[in-house]
Amino acid sequence: MEIRAPLTGTVLRVVVSPGGRVRAGEPVAVLESMKMEIAVESAADGVVTEVRRQPGDLVQAGDVLVVLDAAGPGGV
Amino acid sequence: MFSRVLVANRGEIARRVIRACRALGIETVAVYSDADADAPHVREADRAVRVGPPPAVQSYLNMEAILQAARQTGCDAIHPGYGFLSERAEFARRCEAAGLVFIGPPAGVIAAMGDKVRARRLMHQAGVPVVPGSLDGLPEDPAAAADAAEAVGYPLMIKAAGGGGGIGMVRVAGPADLPAALEVAARRARQAFGNAALYVERLLDRPRHVEVQLLGDRHGRLVHLYERDCSVQRRHQKIIEESPSPALDEATRDALTAAAVRAGTAVGYQSAGTVEFLLDRDGRFYFLEMNTRIQVEHPVTEMRTGVDLVQLQIRLAAGEPLPLAQEDIRPRGHALECRICAEDPVTLYPAPGTVTAYREPSGPHVRVDSGVEAGTAVTPYYDSLLAKVVVWADDRPAAIARMIQALQAYRIEGVATNIPLHLRVLAHPEFAAGRHHTEFLAELAAARPPV
Repeated sequence: MEIRAPLTGTVLRVVVSPGGRVRAGEPVAVLESMKMEIAVESAADGVVTEVRRQPGDLVQAGDVLVVLDAAGPGGV
Repeated sequence: MFSRVLVANRGEIARRVIRACRALGIETVAVYSDADADAPHVREADRAVRVGPPPAVQSYLNMEAILQAARQTGCDAIHPGYGFLSERAEFARRCEAAGLVFIGPPAGVIAAMGDKVRARRLMHQAGVPVVPGSLDGLPEDPAAAADAAEAVGYPLMIKAAGGGGGIGMVRVAGPADLPAALEVAARRARQAFGNAALYVERLLDRPRHVEVQLLGDRHGRLVHLYERDCSVQRRHQKIIEESPSPALDEATRDALTAAAVRAGTAVGYQSAGTVEFLLDRDGRFYFLEMNTRIQVEHPVTEMRTGVDLVQLQIRLAAGEPLPLAQEDIRPRGHALECRICAEDPVTLYPAPGTVTAYREPSGPHVRVDSGVEAGTAVTPYYDSLLAKVVVWADDRPAAIARMIQALQAYRIEGVATNIPLHLRVLAHPEFAAGRHHTEFLAELAAARPPV
């Protein structure tokens, strides 16, 4: 599953790396837009397969930040 | 008087300063980043100089580029506006070293008030009540920090010593939350101010934010221009400001304005500045911080007193004596300001975009200070303030009614704004009754909007 930027801004931090495990509701990255920091949370449990954007990148709303291999029903 | 002033800012405040200069017969030089090449402030100044790429650190915070722009255009002074370099003592010092007048207080005053721990101590010594809390910075050692926090008492607020404006503040409910909160606060403080030092204040129960406008000249004269109530806040950022404060009786107002003058006198304040206080449920007030610059909400005071604060700030910087005595300042009626921000009304996230259609409200006693027009790109690089709508009326209910009319007539397309949120607040019975506090907006936003 793809985790996308909810708004246009700059990537401040990416807090996961490939192979890392995340749970639904945990932050994967922090964006900055108009002097505000916005944490981007994962919508599901899973394992990070790809980090597409790096700190300093300008992203548009809807751009994919991180790709997850979501865990199957019932979780891992 | 100056002959040419560089305006080291962007958006509505750059245009405001350009207008003030024009009224005083002063030429203006704008600066801009690549993101603002087509911005209104660039066109309205007599000249404009590019200072760097979009990120603020490379443009509007780039001291060298801005000083260079001032030198190459033959300016004799720099107006910093608010934000950006306005409260950087080092910038004020470098202006002076370059033979340029910094339109603001002396660098030493900026430094004293910019160190929030030092400011608290100075105010305490001057007999100005401060928010209960530590008078020293928080120790770095976690156990010692926990003891210091315990002594202040929970719930409390961790704040950055290096800067204010609500940036980097973390609320702590109890001792269990302290270690994580300290870590977050220190990181934010380092990022925002380059200084991870922290201090703690006790959290007041639903206080109001009331501040006093000061004007001081370079000859030792200092007056106040009464208060502004800025209790409608979100994430510690003001969105509605008004004067007079509906929460003050005459005796409290007299004590508050006297405390502000005492605060300004204690630091030898010069220029326009604001002393911010929190007012608790029992009418006791406490020094919060001093802003050593012109503030976003200064038009509220201008509408109510008839004093042009920006023009006077420039004249005082040029060495003119204050043309007003305290008794000459006679506020009238009620003034109200709404900050119009680019913000998604559902997610409440910042919402960059391009303004496709634009029409400002008008009418008697309606003032709009804006930084945008049709075609302006609102980028993610800077804060979300698009414009300020300010109204004046004989009394508070009439001012609220006038503001509602003005906001309903304001047409901004292409960029989402917080106008719907303002209309909800203005129509809310708590706000109408003047009983709101700094937590009011968060509580309102948490409640579901009416369908």
